[in-house]
Amino acid sequence: MPIEVDGKTFETDEEGYLANLNDWVPGVADVMSKEDDLELTDEHWDIINFLREYYEEYQIAPAVRVLTKAVGKRMGKDKGNSKYLYGLFPYGPGKQACRYAGLPKPTGCV
Amino acid sequence: MSILHTVNKSPFEKNSLDECLTHSTDGCAILLLEDGVYAAMQGTNVESAVKDAMASKKVYALGPDIKLRGLSTDRIIDGIEVVDFAGFVDLSESNDKVQAWL
Amino acid sequence: MSKIKKFMYVNRRAPYGTVYALESLEVVLIGAAFDQDVSLAFIGDGVYQLKSDQDSSDSDQKNFSPIYQALGDYDVSKLYVEKESLEERGLTLEELMPLTYEDEDDDWAEKDSIRVVSRDEMAELMDQQDVLFNF
Repeated sequence: MPIEVDGKTFETDEEGYLANLNDWVPGVADVMSKEDDLELTDEHWDIINFLREYYEEYQIAPAVRVLTKAVGKRMGKDKGNSKYLYGLFPYGPGKQACRYAGLPKPTGCV
Repeated sequence: MSILHTVNKSPFEKNSLDECLTHSTDGCAILLLEDGVYAAMQGTNVESAVKDAMASKKVYALGPDIKLRGLSTDRIIDGIEVVDFAGFVDLSESNDKVQAWL
Repeated sequence: MSKIKKFMYVNRRAPYGTVYALESLEVVLIGAAFDQDVSLAFIGDGVYQLKSDQDSSDSDQKNFSPIYQALGDYDVSKLYVEKESLEERGLTLEELMPLTYEDEDDDWAEKDSIRVVSRDEMAELMDQQDVLFNF
């Protein structure tokens, strides 16, 4: 179902991931999170931005355990653990945060 | 009657290049593209076959496919002409027909 | 838990011309979720997958070579490249992408993932596997 951001329409796939990741603007994450009744904080944005950088470098959306390890390396052990990340993204930090970041579904999430 | 032959398969995986070289006549044009561009590189096992063919045939290679595969135009066999997509079109036009060795 | 098995993905095709290389990579990344002993073999035209400097800026295909850099994050750290296959193609190890992983058992030291082996050694490695996937 397409989503509306600032009057502009964005196509999504059947699971709600953005059809074209080059379309992404921060407003996409705002609209998607509102639909999930989630208020985005700086901590959420740190992860969303991290995912976009990861994709830029490696051309894939990391699986959740890969994300957890990479966040720990970059932002410290207190953030690189599932408890912290699931606290931020209750639907799963891989899938939910990747969706907000405009990335495809993580590679290796089964 | 001039023919432009195109080869888009790796010479190490398929015999397309071999068959092209043995079924083409002097003065024809051969364009290496897609995985066919690997045959344009120096130092490979097929380099001498390509060089032999170049004595009587003109060999070209498609630049964008060379770049995509991380190959360097510095390492192309001397005498092979690198062309872009527009050059490919020109070659198709300047020859009577095209034979694509798939 | 069942015994850890040795899985080897054998990559034999050049990238881009066919879809095998990218398909293999995706299967490897998905399979990496199941803690097994995974290794990748690159023989024949498969060695071209690891060529450095792949650049899609003049092409309408996507350069997927950066994904190989993520293999270390997925705990895939054994990439065997066949020496004879490189030589037949006029390639050297220095012309391949540098690929590394961090060794958990050695204070996360960064180590090379690529190991060049002879054809005979590659045959031996294949013999030692429980499961082989050929792309």
